[in-house]
Amino acid sequence: MLNAIIQGILLGGLVVLFACGLSLLFGVMGVINLAHGDIAVAAAYVAVAIVPVLHIPAIWIFAIVVPLFMVAGYIVQRLLIQPSLNSGPLTTLLVTFGLSVIIENLLLEIFSANSHSLAIGSLASSAFKLSSQISIAYLSLLILVVSIVVVAGVQLGLYRTRTGRIIRAVADDREAAELIGADYRHIFGIAAGLAFGTVALAGLSLAMYSQVDPSSGPDYLIFGFEAVVIGGLGSLWGTFAGGIVLGIATTIGLFLSANFGALAPHIVFLLVLALRPQGFFPKKVAV
Amino acid sequence: MGRRPNMAEVVAAEPALSNQILEVEGLCAHHGQLLALDGVSFTVGEGSVFAVIGANGAGKSTLMRSIAGLHRPSEGRVIFDGTDITRLSTPQRVELGISLVPEGRRLFASLSVEENLLTGTYIRRSGHWTIERVYEMFPWMWQRKNQRSSLLSGGEQQTVAISRALLANPRLLLIDELSLGLAPIVVRSIYGSLSKIMEGGLTVLIVEQDVNQALSVAAKFQCMLEGRTTLSGKPAEFTPEEIEAAYFGLNSTSSIHGKD
Amino acid sequence: MTTFAKVKRSQHTSIPAGVLALLILLVLAALPFLVYQSVTNIMVNLFILLVLASMWNLLAGYGGLISVGQQAFVGLGAYGVLFLAQHGVDPFIAIPFAILVGVVFAVPASWFLFRLSGGYFAIATWVIAVVAEIAITGVPSLGGGTGAALPGLSGIDPVQLGADTYWASAAVGVLSIAVVFLIMRSRLGLVLTAVRDNEIGARSVGVKVTRAKLIVFLVSAAGSAAAGALIAISQLNVQAANVFNIQWSAYMIFAVLIGGIGTIEGPILGTVIFIVMQQELARFNAWYLIIVGSLAVVIAIWVKGGIWAQISERTGIRLFPTGYYVDTAEDEMEGKRLGRRRISKVIGGDRQSGQLSEAAETT
Ligand SMILES: Nc1ncnc2c1ncn2[C@@H]1O[C@H](COP(=O)(O)OP(=O)(O)OP(=O)(O)O)[C@@H](O)[C@H]1O
Ligand SMILES: [Mg+2]
Repeated sequence: MLNAIIQGILLGGLVVLFACGLSLLFGVMGVINLAHGDIAVAAAYVAVAIVPVLHIPAIWIFAIVVPLFMVAGYIVQRLLIQPSLNSGPLTTLLVTFGLSVIIENLLLEIFSANSHSLAIGSLASSAFKLSSQISIAYLSLLILVVSIVVVAGVQLGLYRTRTGRIIRAVADDREAAELIGADYRHIFGIAAGLAFGTVALAGLSLAMYSQVDPSSGPDYLIFGFEAVVIGGLGSLWGTFAGGIVLGIATTIGLFLSANFGALAPHIVFLLVLALRPQGFFPKKVAV
Repeated sequence: MGRRPNMAEVVAAEPALSNQILEVEGLCAHHGQLLALDGVSFTVGEGSVFAVIGANGAGKSTLMRSIAGLHRPSEGRVIFDGTDITRLSTPQRVELGISLVPEGRRLFASLSVEENLLTGTYIRRSGHWTIERVYEMFPWMWQRKNQRSSLLSGGEQQTVAISRALLANPRLLLIDELSLGLAPIVVRSIYGSLSKIMEGGLTVLIVEQDVNQALSVAAKFQCMLEGRTTLSGKPAEFTPEEIEAAYFGLNSTSSIHGKD
Repeated sequence: MTTFAKVKRSQHTSIPAGVLALLILLVLAALPFLVYQSVTNIMVNLFILLVLASMWNLLAGYGGLISVGQQAFVGLGAYGVLFLAQHGVDPFIAIPFAILVGVVFAVPASWFLFRLSGGYFAIATWVIAVVAEIAITGVPSLGGGTGAALPGLSGIDPVQLGADTYWASAAVGVLSIAVVFLIMRSRLGLVLTAVRDNEIGARSVGVKVTRAKLIVFLVSAAGSAAAGALIAISQLNVQAANVFNIQWSAYMIFAVLIGGIGTIEGPILGTVIFIVMQQELARFNAWYLIIVGSLAVVIAIWVKGGIWAQISERTGIRLFPTGYYVDTAEDEMEGKRLGRRRISKVIGGDRQSGQLSEAAETT
């Protein structure tokens, strides 16, 4: 049980990293990005593709892939999401769904259906023992720490910097933001860049932690989404708690059967939805 | 009555020699199929107060939004300091020096008072106004800078909204419904600050439903009804009855409104 | 609804369309005698997609509910047929029961889903589909994760079976178009149109919005389950990873987006285009889905109303007279008298219903 909780907490970090970009985009422009999980997977595949070409240690991959995806996020926002926003909120959903299918099939065509992971040497397998039954992998711990640092960094950025202030202003009232000279489309682009960057980071962490295959994107989207709903919309720390709850549910479910391990987090999610649809740490204002 | 339009024409033509900071020419704007502005023209001289009055739904907000670039006019031109800005975006206009305090104030609800003020400095136009100057003028803002803006009273919100617009250091300040929902004493105090604010040569275009208040500060005004100008000129040129008639459209023969 | 000045149903082209429809039905019925089975096999896929697309269009285009989890009902329909066939029921007879399975599952699903809206509704439908898939794979008698062959059809002559499958799917296809058509001509259709154009406005005049959406959700679940049943029969095999695959959502959404969302004709046209592209681009593997998907995205963003809207705008053709429109001819005259800017008030009474009638008019 204690082990389940600890593993759940470790997993929670990754989930919150996934969910961070999801709630950022929703909070700032009201967009649910259905391709969110696929973008994470795409980031992992880009890394898998460039590691053998560049002969650099896997850690350096972060410095390349994350900025790359930030730029990609800005471009995708300006080129596809913004025009779809102009033709109605439902269009955005459909367009991001289309993107999800397109990305998944592109990866399938280019890399085949085989799963891949990022080789990071001994770090992947080393662990320390907390007790005879509980061992903690260094990698999981590292990912948890990185996730917390990134999520806290995004929060700080939103609340302490000039750009963050404008992002929140645009989220509040885009017309009023235009009246102080902010081009909200540019600000949306920045928010999308941030979202893509964080989810790329999540994808890379995931590829180091376990394996990714082209069709796993939706699973991550769903996990991130469930964590957001359980935690309460617009609260990143709530999302973190939601991620931990899902992690624990999975680990406990796995005790019973493999099938139930897969089902348990979804059942927890549906229960929360039925009993407490506002989540556990709802916040009045998004972001 | 028949003499008046000529008078208005003369008055309108005269300041053309001095600097006209804003010229609106034959502006038409639609909301869907509804024609909200039907060929509105006027000019505003630099450093003056120009008031737009009119009943509900006259098209005043649409006019302000068209000048600020939030609404695309279907016809006509907006000229700012000699340049045609009709096609420019709102942020571009802010950079040229046009700021609008929108109807309903529209402060950023989840931002604190100070954060709201700071958003005004986004474009970094240099000029008289800095956040320190704002605090100097309205010391209460300094004391309450960390409060959420949604906790302020209506008058305080309006003052913050005007300050936010001022921090962009505009040359032309548009204020839509300054007194909307405010107590008369608050309105008077805001108008009092306005004259101090204008000392630096700022031009102000205000929309008001409070006709007396507007006409007491305005050098020139125009009255609108159903998207058209029904009266324009200097406040002193018209009797209250004439203004009332234009306001409510009681005497809506075309001979009343100025042709500029 | 009382806010409409005059609501009429368009009548042009409905009589020639009736004759045309009859002719098409005759040809469709006789098709197995006219062409090779390879053609009718493609037609089976076409009808399956047609059912899915028109049901998704009903849900999203008319009900405003974006679901990316309709594969839940596709899978349940397929497994419904499998389960009954395993117990000795003829798979064709099992189709209506498969539909029932879909509806019975859709009711509790709606309890969860209808607490959410917009994008959250969409992802939650996806969760529901995942849950359904995991739950079904946990039942060993249904083949677990590896799936099971569909019993009960092995004795039939393959040509006969091919023709039967074709007729069944053609019947379901035509039926689902008819259902959507009848719904949109009924009072429910009027409610849906009002809700789509202005949900808040419709609620404020007392329209039971949630009930209308629920009906649409159940009907589209039924239709998707029927499609799933047909998939089971045409593939003679039911596998969870296939029937619960998100690709079904992708197919139906792409077909609707390409053809045009919010009309009956759009999904039909989109289905035909989709199947043709699938056939033509089959040798490029998954690339066809990438190409079709990109086309759908481009159309969704830049071509309002899809390809069908372009066609009907240029030619004025409308095959299914369902759209309601406000007859503004007289109002326009009156409006001119009152001054142009009063038109919306004459029609709608206030700003919101002004938009309502304006949008209804363009449908
Ligand atoms: N977003 C909109 N959609 C449709 N019609 C609108 C919209 N905004 C304004 N209108 C209409 O345009 C006309 C002019 O409106 P506008 O807001 O410019 O008037 P106003 O003079 O500012 O009125 P008020 O004194 O009420 O603020 C009105 O008839 C109004 O109903
Ligand atoms: Mg107004």
